[in-house]
Amino acid sequence: MAIMTEKQAKELLARVLELSEADECECNLAGSNEGNIRYALNTVTTSGEVSDVTLAVQSSFGKRTGATTVNEFDDDSLKRAVRRSEELARLAPENPEWMPPLGPQEYKATPTWSEATANVTPEQRARIADASISPSKKEDLVAAGFLDDTEAFIAIMNSKGLFAYNLRTECNFVATIRTADGTGSGWVSRDYKDISKLDSGAATHVAIKKSLGSRDARAMEPGRYTVILEPAASGTLLGNMLNSMDQRAADEGRSFLSRKAQDDKPPPEDAPHNRAGEKFFDERVTIYSDPAHPDVPTPAFAADGHAVDRTVWIDKGVVKVLPNTRFWADKTGVPYRPIAFTGGGFFGASLPFIMEGGKRSLEEMIADTRRGVLVTRTWYIRPVDPQTQLYTGLTRDGTFYIEDGEIKYPIKNFRFNESPIVMLNNIEELGKPVRIDGNMVPPMKIRDFTFSSLSDAV
Amino acid sequence: MDRRQFVKLTGIGVGSLMLPIAGRMVSAEELLDPGMDFDTKKRLGSIALEAATDAGASYADARIGRYLNQFITAQETRIDNIVNTESAGIGVRVIADGTWGFAATSDVTPESIAATARKAVAVAKANAKFQANPVRLAPVKGAGDVQWRTPIKKNSFEVPIAEKVDLLMEVNNTAMENGASFIQSVLFQVNEKKFFASTDGSFIDQDVHRLWAPFMATAVGKDGFKTRTSLGNPVGMGYEYLDGDAAEQVRVSGANIGYRWSYDMVGDARDAGRQLQAKLKARSVEPGKYDLVLDPHHLMLTIHESVGHPLELDRVLGYEANYAGTSFATLDKWRSGKFQYGADIVNLFADKTQKHSLGYVEYDDEGVKTREWDLVKDGILVNYQAIRDQVHVIDQDESHGCCYSQSWADVQFQRMPNVSLRPSEEDLSADDIIADVENGIYIVGRGSFSIDQQRYNFQFGGQLFYEIKDGKITEQIEDVAYQSNTQEFWNSCVAMAGASDYRVGGSFFDGKGQPGQVSAVSHGCPTTRFNQVNVINTARKVG
Repeated sequence: MAIMTEKQAKELLARVLELSEADECECNLAGSNEGNIRYALNTVTTSGEVSDVTLAVQSSFGKRTGATTVNEFDDDSLKRAVRRSEELARLAPENPEWMPPLGPQEYKATPTWSEATANVTPEQRARIADASISPSKKEDLVAAGFLDDTEAFIAIMNSKGLFAYNLRTECNFVATIRTADGTGSGWVSRDYKDISKLDSGAATHVAIKKSLGSRDARAMEPGRYTVILEPAASGTLLGNMLNSMDQRAADEGRSFLSRKAQDDKPPPEDAPHNRAGEKFFDERVTIYSDPAHPDVPTPAFAADGHAVDRTVWIDKGVVKVLPNTRFWADKTGVPYRPIAFTGGGFFGASLPFIMEGGKRSLEEMIADTRRGVLVTRTWYIRPVDPQTQLYTGLTRDGTFYIEDGEIKYPIKNFRFNESPIVMLNNIEELGKPVRIDGNMVPPMKIRDFTFSSLSDAV
Repeated sequence: MDRRQFVKLTGIGVGSLMLPIAGRMVSAEELLDPGMDFDTKKRLGSIALEAATDAGASYADARIGRYLNQFITAQETRIDNIVNTESAGIGVRVIADGTWGFAATSDVTPESIAATARKAVAVAKANAKFQANPVRLAPVKGAGDVQWRTPIKKNSFEVPIAEKVDLLMEVNNTAMENGASFIQSVLFQVNEKKFFASTDGSFIDQDVHRLWAPFMATAVGKDGFKTRTSLGNPVGMGYEYLDGDAAEQVRVSGANIGYRWSYDMVGDARDAGRQLQAKLKARSVEPGKYDLVLDPHHLMLTIHESVGHPLELDRVLGYEANYAGTSFATLDKWRSGKFQYGADIVNLFADKTQKHSLGYVEYDDEGVKTREWDLVKDGILVNYQAIRDQVHVIDQDESHGCCYSQSWADVQFQRMPNVSLRPSEEDLSADDIIADVENGIYIVGRGSFSIDQQRYNFQFGGQLFYEIKDGKITEQIEDVAYQSNTQEFWNSCVAMAGASDYRVGGSFFDGKGQPGQVSAVSHGCPTTRFNQVNVINTARKVG
């Protein structure tokens, strides 16, 4: 039983807390059903389903904490897990940054679950794959793709009376369609809470069009160009920048939002020392998060159970507030602003974000462009200098030259070296935001985007 | 990395660091539990093989795995987290109706194992209707009963946690006493206990140990901040790697210390603090063409990205097209027998046999005895990395032995073996290589790295950059990255040091596949020179 109802989860966690002999105890119960199908060379290569549920128990004596996990929920197993976490807590060194558990919170209801996604079958996954493979085959193209779908719940309870529960679903579909001779490549991705919104055939046609249209690309000199970045081309750059906005890093001088040290005035020890409140970007840039957003809903709480609500991080170009930890918020005397629980990311939770945009579609933006480069997506993005938020990476799977409002011809891929800070100061136009990787990102027309070299990769 | 594997470690509020590992948290003592004996594993493995064969499999293998990890993270003067995890279970892979099937379970009772084997056969049969060509498996002779262990001197899991905590505290304090403002240090310790049984008649029990002790130090100055990461290597060794044996150090005049098979983490932290202060004051590079001298700790990553990945046969064939990409090193280039991957002096080889390397095992995860083979010989592309169901594509009848799975719960597939650059036969030192350079840059450590999806165009940074003028290192410089094209770069290779300078670095968490799996892989090389490479200046003014 990988998915528990709110009532079942509450009962189980209450049993755990009854067993606790520690000063404080926090429990977290998470379970998921995940399914996937992968295809390449126009044939299904792997498919599978995984179910898992795990209870994590953290016990604290003073500032010493120990944690353990268990996936068997009979009384003996629960007791062993609680005792083991207590033993580890007694052995652990004190953590001077330990914070006591939070008290009860009030949460906004957020629309994170879809019945269709929760009930997807292996046959349905196979049909979704087939709807992508068949039209590709018809055009003598080679399809490779991946679909995964998840239903997951999380429940948190602690000895201070906090209880949080969320049930959510998501699905991600990605396809790369290449010409048989390898001279063209197109790509598409779609992600939804509700899998019934996914039309893999229609999505694949976007990639097919790009694949056929990208054959025999011409080389253009690297340099600074006006670009139209599709949401998949700018989403990672924006996400990377937002994930670098941690308040503590800024206060400690380790971020692009740090104030420079003044020789005669050392930074204050217990107060914020960052550039929040300053205008960094074009005034059309507004970025916020909202757990209740209908297109990209998230649980209305953070990993520690703290309630989260709509938060504007950047308002009309001004960095308003920075995400922080409870310890750092307390130390510097500012409100605690955690990031909503999203299931995690590599080496840190990532900030789900919504960027405001305009009303026009990508096609309308192209029609209005005299000269420019259309970028389908960017790839292998790595930080070059965290201080200036300079990133490098490459365009991939469909890069085109635009002239007089039309796509004239495909061009070879470029390597870029660019900072999203510069990018968001060089905005010509923002289009209508769409969901990409769980965020809302508008297509963007940006002037003077820096391409530093050419790539022969298709 | 599979998202669900993080949730177990992070949702609890035990700290913000998320580690790419699977498993449940256990006590330190449980990490020393020897687990099931060989005979029990052989009996359970045989149950899986028999059930699969009875259900119609023409081939089956079973992997009974117990994966143990201990990670300790320290930030400045405090320990952030101590995590012990264990994950155990069985994965059964079969061929039925000419198609692969896989299933796995954490329940290792005979009934559950038999049911899992039957499920794998059912999956294979269900997928058979989508299979264009039946699987062709290169023959393997059964190995019989085999037991093997990484040759370690000190089992990391037997070292008391207090000793490890003391080490990380000393590392952090030393860096901060010598110029760092902040430092995070980590100790990763991994033990894979994996038993492999196959219908070919193999029953192979391997006990694999790995260790990595990285840190990142930061110094904040008047005009901003700089970072420097550690120069130690991830290794297939026990805790003895951290003994700091001076005989295993390579000193480069006027620059850094390199580490062979022993690491002085405290000494490296001391150097990091001092070098950070120099970085804060260093001159910004003048962009242009330079002769580059690349330290092994830097070049290993260039090898990984520009040789290791493009020569994975599944990428070449298109199986990774939707994720990591394909490869410029296409079959027609290999078939020509004339494709000049690099200069004549460039010899790149693959293996899973170098002692102390991350890839070192006696058998791979489909029961093939490991070995060494050439990828690029005298500059010419001569081979790829391929496993049992792939080698027929390149007209070979013997697997290269580089099949791997990150756990019992994931299906094994082709993963990068160690890929290394052979040293010069002449016994030249790093100083000898530098002495011949008139106008160049010596680059140490892995920094920012990015390469396109077919592995042509790349850009690499580093940790430490030194100007070379008239054969001598003059000063530390900053803001360096070089851009090149794989074939052009390896053809610009003009000199390399000898065996005494050869060092082995690696990647502890190399990702591939959908759903993603990680693997650990080493790359050996000596200090090597590349002529007239395009260097860019990465400094910008913003805000």
